[in-house]
Amino acid sequence: MYPEELKYSKEHEWVRMNGNIAEVGVTVFAQESLGDVVFVDLPAEGSDVEQFAKFGEIESVKAVSDLFSPVGGKIVEVNSAATDAPEVVNEEPYGSGWLIKVELSDTAQLDDLMDAATYQATLE
Amino acid sequence: MSDEAQSTTEQLKKTVLHSTHVESNAKMVPFGGWDMPVQYSDGIIAEVKAVRSSAGIFDVSHMGRLVFEGPGAESILSSITSANVPALKNGRGKYNFICNATGGIIDDAMVYRTDEDKFLLVINAGNADVDMEWITPHLAARDDFTMNVITNDTAMVAIQGPNALEIVDSLTNNEASKIRRFRIGSAEVAGIPATLARTGYTGEDGFEIVVPSDQGVKLWKALRDAGAIECGLGARDVLRLEAGLPLHGNDLTSDTNPFEAGFGRFAYYEAPNCIAGYALKQLADKESERLLVGFKMVGRGIPRAGLNIHSSGDDSVSDSNRIGTVTSGTHSPTVDAGIGMGYVERKYAATGTKLVIDVRGRPVEAEIVDMPFYKRS
Repeated sequence: MYPEELKYSKEHEWVRMNGNIAEVGVTVFAQESLGDVVFVDLPAEGSDVEQFAKFGEIESVKAVSDLFSPVGGKIVEVNSAATDAPEVVNEEPYGSGWLIKVELSDTAQLDDLMDAATYQATLE
Repeated sequence: MSDEAQSTTEQLKKTVLHSTHVESNAKMVPFGGWDMPVQYSDGIIAEVKAVRSSAGIFDVSHMGRLVFEGPGAESILSSITSANVPALKNGRGKYNFICNATGGIIDDAMVYRTDEDKFLLVINAGNADVDMEWITPHLAARDDFTMNVITNDTAMVAIQGPNALEIVDSLTNNEASKIRRFRIGSAEVAGIPATLARTGYTGEDGFEIVVPSDQGVKLWKALRDAGAIECGLGARDVLRLEAGLPLHGNDLTSDTNPFEAGFGRFAYYEAPNCIAGYALKQLADKESERLLVGFKMVGRGIPRAGLNIHSSGDDSVSDSNRIGTVTSGTHSPTVDAGIGMGYVERKYAATGTKLVIDVRGRPVEAEIVDMPFYKRS
């Protein structure tokens, strides 16, 4: 449910590091709480985002939620597969349902995130 | 993702099916003072599709059920509802409004004549207290009828979808199909004595079945075992919106009247003792300044209740081009688009009119379309 190699935010987003590029998505807890995801609104590639700032919106049939970036930096890629077919966020939240890739402004930001066990403990 | 507000489950009422929902892994939410299933494990979209393609069951036991009986029952219902009750034949039901003295909609309801001098009135769960507060003073000083609230003594389950009739027929020795659309009758369903209304809130054929409360679980399981899919309030809301049916509290409120909502045909005002009669007649005779319309999103976005509606053609949305408010909205899996209802100024209410919905700062194009958004074939 909560892969060990990822870092987590209290807003239920995850981060996967590849060099200095952070891949960001929402956790299983988030997609299950939302229910069927039917709409994802993501920012333009090349824009900047601050750590823990809103970067987009995700909507289920019933509700709208803001997306908060667990890391800050330049958004180098957004996942058009998630905006085109939002159900991928339910189906593969840690895989093809990723949302944005951020070039980190400062890797020390990762210290403000949780490991899998700590995150999981916040859900209980 | 932001944390959802934690709502208290204290003091919420539970239907007799509550533990059955929990056993089926339903996600429970507060609704109208009740702890109700919003969806089961397969999710809202799967439930909507089940109702459109086969059959779904809904626990609607939370809805208020009132039985009026006696020689004065017809007269009292004529005074508090907008139905032409004397014209309602035995075994038939009619959609109607409970309006205040200025024609504002306190609630929308179904009234059924179940015997010559006996009626069943079904009201919204969230309005039950307000309805009773309003109705009760009008009942005083009359002893020619009785009113019994049977909400807690009974359970009510809706089965809806193209396979609903076949399923209920199979459990009633084919008695169910003798009850035609908008009619009400009695039969044993899976051996349980039941009242069956051939009505619903999804745009599909089906029944709303009332049984003694201690038989509710048995009825639910019999329908489920016969192939109906468990559905929650989330699917119910999508289905009713696709079918162009209004929701009280959103599309209808005490600040709206039946004519501007486009349901003037359900606002009979000629009963001499109808409390809202005079006001409804006045409203019927004048043009409403605003009208409830249905619209479909053209651009990317989902309409939600409370968003502002603007006229199309300007460069930006502003107070000066605001023409109305969204009252209901969702993503429709059946239409595969964002759909909604809202009130707009009359001159912008024609089918085909382009609108702009202000989706939290993002202007998104929409177009007024005829309702229902979905009609069964």
